[in-house]
Amino acid sequence: MSRWVALVHRLSGVALAAFLPLHFWALGRALEGAAALDRFLAWTEHPLLKLSEWAIVLLLAVHLGGGLRVLALEFLPWRDWQKGLAAAAATVAFAVGLAFALAL
Amino acid sequence: MSETLRVSVWRGGADGAFRHYEVPRHASQTVLDVVTHIQRRIDPTLAYRFACRVGMCGSCAMTVNGTPRWTCRTHVDAVAAGGALQIGPLRNLPLIRDLVTDMREFFDKWARARGRFEGERTRRDDFARVEPGSPRRELAEAGIECIGCGVCYSACDVVAWNRDYLGPAALNRAWTLANDARDVAGAERLRAVAGDAGCHACHTHMSCSERCPKRISPTAGISGLKRASAAAALRGEL
Amino acid sequence: MSARAETLLWAAQRASAAVLALCVAAHLATVIYAVRGGLSAAEILGRTRGEPGWLVFYVVFVLAVAVHAPIGLRAVCAEWLGWRGRSRDIALLAFAVLLGWTGVRAAIGVFA
Repeated sequence: MSRWVALVHRLSGVALAAFLPLHFWALGRALEGAAALDRFLAWTEHPLLKLSEWAIVLLLAVHLGGGLRVLALEFLPWRDWQKGLAAAAATVAFAVGLAFALAL
Repeated sequence: MSETLRVSVWRGGADGAFRHYEVPRHASQTVLDVVTHIQRRIDPTLAYRFACRVGMCGSCAMTVNGTPRWTCRTHVDAVAAGGALQIGPLRNLPLIRDLVTDMREFFDKWARARGRFEGERTRRDDFARVEPGSPRRELAEAGIECIGCGVCYSACDVVAWNRDYLGPAALNRAWTLANDARDVAGAERLRAVAGDAGCHACHTHMSCSERCPKRISPTAGISGLKRASAAAALRGEL
Repeated sequence: MSARAETLLWAAQRASAAVLALCVAAHLATVIYAVRGGLSAAEILGRTRGEPGWLVFYVVFVLAVAVHAPIGLRAVCAEWLGWRGRSRDIALLAFAVLLGWTGVRAAIGVFA
């Protein structure tokens, strides 16, 4: 079970690392003024991009959940509640993804 | 229950293949019983290891339906869904032939992790006094039952991805020694385990802890080594 | 790399992870709140410009990311791409600088 959580954690991390330079670049356009940022935001209204935004938020939540699991396993005295941890990580991710979807 | 098992067994070297055998099924049969039947009654050229056959020595570890297990302690009923079994050698180790792997790198890594006790007392000194209930002793006790069967090493993804990774068994042993109050090689041992292919390469997949037939948790020990090495590094002692 | 260097990288990754846990939680909460009713540049910048507290927060966030992401990728490079050694470490250092630079630039653009 844990190796799948770890795999998802790794893949979400790689995806986020690939996404971040784009994210920073887009926000950096704000330096060129509100109009430049608006043009970018208009581009993101496309449904496929809205889906990607939702996916990125989900990836972030999943990576956070998986990361908390690693920190707990490495720093806290634990027994068998690591299974509970994996479940908690999944729940947090789902809840945040849901909240974001509802907010859209 | 079907009368016969359809068994696939790896034959040959790394470029070998699975060969199929029909083995009569019995109640309370173990996978080791199946392998033994094949070698004694069907094909005497089959190479495999076993010794105690009662779950004490760890020699009979093999890959059963994709999972590393002690074959003497694996009941056929528990793993043969639909009357079929697939038996192969342990993963992550060089293959000699059939079901027999070369265990040298497994034990070499044990040595590279400084997995041996180093004390300073002699027979002329008094006994060391170790409080059995002390926190350090309890941490050591949690890991010292390891018999070096290789199941954890075989289950580990990081060993598969990084051939230099010391692996869960060697690191678990290092952890038990790090908690041994009589051992004096603590600093050198931390240096040995915290390098490029050491404890920090563990990604807590926990396959080792899930598969260990002795219910040891190398993940916990490796986490302990991560913390101990970090504390030593921050103190300038690593 | 030496045991000392590997250990310090591990410690830096876990420390930045702890910082990021807090930053990400705050960031997700504000993003979800802000996205309600749609996004426009004027809306975003109206709320964020001239907010020194948020600027400090996001600079800390960016620097933690610049430490955390490359160290995480380091293991992926070694284990899945077979890329080890100096060239990998230099490439990741460059990536860290890229993240830090573009991130701080973005934070200034949005919050200064």
